[in-house]
Amino acid sequence: MTEARKPRVATVSLAGCFGCHMAVLDIDERMIALMGRVEFDRSPLTDIKTFTQRCDIGIIEGGCCNEENVHTLIDFRKNCDVLIALGQCAIMGGLPAMRNAIMHSREPLRECLEEAYISGPYLRNATRLIPNDPVLPLILDKVYPCSDIVDIDVQIPGCAPSGDIIFSTLVALLDGKFKGFARETLRFD
Amino acid sequence: MATETKVKSPPDAEIMAICDRFGSDHHRMLDILLAVQEERRCITPSTMDTIAAVVGVTRIAVEGVASFYSFLSLAPKGRVTIRLCDDIVDRFSGLDAVVAAFEAELGIRMGETSADQAFSLEFTPCIGMCDQAPAAMINDVVATKLTAERATAIARALKQGMSPAEALVADHDVLSPYQRVRALVDNNIRQSGEVLLGQVPEDAGLRAAAAMAPSAIIDAVEASGLRGCGGAGFTTGRKWRFAAAAPSDRRFVICNADEGEPGTFKDRVILTERADLVFEGMTIAARAAGAREGILYLRGEYLYLREHLEAVLAARRARGVLGANFDIRIQMGAGAYICGEEGALISSCEGLPGEPKTRPPFPVTRGYLGFPTVVNNVETFAHVARILDRGAAWFHAMGTEKSHGTKLFSISGDCARPGVYELPYGLTLRELLSLAGAENAAAVQVGGPSGTMVGRDSFDRRLTFDDLATGGAVIVFSARRNILEIVDYYMSFFVHESCGYCTPCRVGNVFLKKAIEKFRKGQANDDDIAYLKDLSATIIETSRCGLGQTSPNPVLSSLQNFPLIYAALTKPTQDGVKATFDIQSAISGARDIAKRRSYIFDKDFSK
Ligand SMILES: Cc1cc2nc3c(=O)[nH]c(=O)nc-3n(C[C@H](O)[C@H](O)[C@H](O)COP(=O)(O)O)c2cc1C
Ligand code: SF4
Ligand code: SF4
Ligand code: FES
Repeated sequence: MTEARKPRVATVSLAGCFGCHMAVLDIDERMIALMGRVEFDRSPLTDIKTFTQRCDIGIIEGGCCNEENVHTLIDFRKNCDVLIALGQCAIMGGLPAMRNAIMHSREPLRECLEEAYISGPYLRNATRLIPNDPVLPLILDKVYPCSDIVDIDVQIPGCAPSGDIIFSTLVALLDGKFKGFARETLRFD
Repeated sequence: MATETKVKSPPDAEIMAICDRFGSDHHRMLDILLAVQEERRCITPSTMDTIAAVVGVTRIAVEGVASFYSFLSLAPKGRVTIRLCDDIVDRFSGLDAVVAAFEAELGIRMGETSADQAFSLEFTPCIGMCDQAPAAMINDVVATKLTAERATAIARALKQGMSPAEALVADHDVLSPYQRVRALVDNNIRQSGEVLLGQVPEDAGLRAAAAMAPSAIIDAVEASGLRGCGGAGFTTGRKWRFAAAAPSDRRFVICNADEGEPGTFKDRVILTERADLVFEGMTIAARAAGAREGILYLRGEYLYLREHLEAVLAARRARGVLGANFDIRIQMGAGAYICGEEGALISSCEGLPGEPKTRPPFPVTRGYLGFPTVVNNVETFAHVARILDRGAAWFHAMGTEKSHGTKLFSISGDCARPGVYELPYGLTLRELLSLAGAENAAAVQVGGPSGTMVGRDSFDRRLTFDDLATGGAVIVFSARRNILEIVDYYMSFFVHESCGYCTPCRVGNVFLKKAIEKFRKGQANDDDIAYLKDLSATIIETSRCGLGQTSPNPVLSSLQNFPLIYAALTKPTQDGVKATFDIQSAISGARDIAKRRSYIFDKDFSK
């Protein structure tokens, strides 16, 4: 007798601070109930680095600031039925997208890197070089929200979103009852 | 300690004298700053300190005004400042070559001031010379029908030390103010109607009004069916009735000659040819509403008309039809479209930054300096004078059921006969286009950027308040023109002209423009059309004044009337991955900086 297939969930942190993943842990002991209903596939929580099979739900933290983020995001889109953008960074670019504000420069990216590694006032960078190890992915001209690159099915707002909203959204999705967020859950505090 | 003693510059006598000329009244701040700008060519921090001290306001209040208006500058400007109109009409009429000629001859780029501070070159939105584009303001005069050769010749003459007026008009010093205006700018009156541009008798309306009770004047104006010609189309008689009924011992009449809507230049022609009629109408309004003081708010771009208008006012005073019970002063604007909005116009007259006021209260109850104020358009006042002369029934009989009388249309763009047409309300756009020699029109912007962009299937619509409304502007585009380039330009106009008070207008218009740029670059997908509509609705709903409430119109009306253009430029999403995201352009900057290929997205040609 085969057990009913458990829905599979994958997660990843792109250009985020890992705060959204910490917020997933904020669902506390409800994690046990959740683990009873789903199987985690590729995720920092399982330390599985690549998809073992197609997943039902993919959760993305962070937007895309480099080419590897883009590659990973597209991989998630291809391997997940429902893609969730979790948190402001994934939805809007968030804090990393502050560099998009360098606009009145002919080479905003160079200006950003030079300020970060060479000319910034509080720097200690003995080499006075911009890091350029071949293993470093190329960074993008600006930080993109996930929805600029792939279709996103659900956006869970917040920085970081509360454990409650993450849990209730996942449960609603698993029950096939997710219908968007109640107005009072979308607010500025 | 030596470093702590402040070096006190001696009080600036010249600046104090300028303040004195305007009674050191903070309500005249704009005049004071304009005078300083003309004298010094910039408004420095120490000047602002002096002005603040003399008129008794804070320094930041002075700076708030000085930094608001584009014709006032905190950095030094050249002795001659050339402001080229960079409207889409000028771009389509050879602006590039004119820019290149000025830049080459003066040795500076657009936006720069020469090292010897002789010249500044700038762009400015429509200066009301659209029928003779490309055009430019050169200090207090305007140069029209520019070509590269003409630009070079003008720049040479200026470099040789000629004044702008000398460089543009031969023998300008022997001409009368009116002749000088005519020598600078063509009227291009293509069609004279019965009301304004045909023969008009002197002060006949005013004589009739003088024999009538104020309430009877208002009754006549209301019975004529006259509606405001500045764009909004409010019933003029009702406006006056409100102002007359508002309890107050002081009232004002203001004529709105800001004419800032790109493509509108009919007030320019009225002020040139029928200035008396406008002042007559204002005087009648003053009698009807019980006002003793009037202001003509003249846009800074029309500074070249000022001497002429002052001369007309002086002649009226000499004739005894102005000055005893009612007088008019001219308030110059300083390059801000928003000052055409009546609340902003009043703020500007009060010496404040030109920001709209929250409504209600409306100007008819609380206007200039808090007193009941009638604000009407130039053309509206001119009509009033004629209505009082010929009678309400005469005017009412012209036009259509809800749009009575005649209207001045200013036509520009791709047509054989650009200029001003006075016609009764109710003709179709097609009829107007054929008069103007615009049979090849593919798109027409009716009412300027804040109006409607229509295509050929709408040419049988009627030019009335209820169908295709316009304050006068009719801009014609042939099939050669790129619709989205036009929309993009109009959005940049609104971005530039938003007063910045409301976030949806200040920020939303920037987002709208960016979204249009995405379409132009072929980076838009189906969602972006929904985004355009959604964002437009938000801006319209949440903006405080008419600018924000109409600024999405170029987008919305082109979406409605030219949907295929948008559809053709959208790329569908494939397998959930957006075709509009281009990884190669996103990494090309980093590839240059790192000097290596992408190990993920670039093929390794070394293998
Ligand atoms: C952004 C904006 C710009 C305007 N510009 C002008 C203008 O240049 N000239 C004008 O007469 N009315 C302009 N108006 C309309 C005025 O607010 C006002 O309705 C008009 O001057 C009233 O006169 P009327 O009833 O005779 O048309 C503008 C309105 C807005 C919202
Ligand atoms: S949304 Fe906030 S918590 Fe989540 S990754 Fe971004 S910065 Fe961190
Ligand atoms: S809508 Fe725009 S122009 Fe009008 S008050 Fe608001 S910010 Fe200013
Ligand atoms: S003057 Fe250039 S478009 Fe009006």
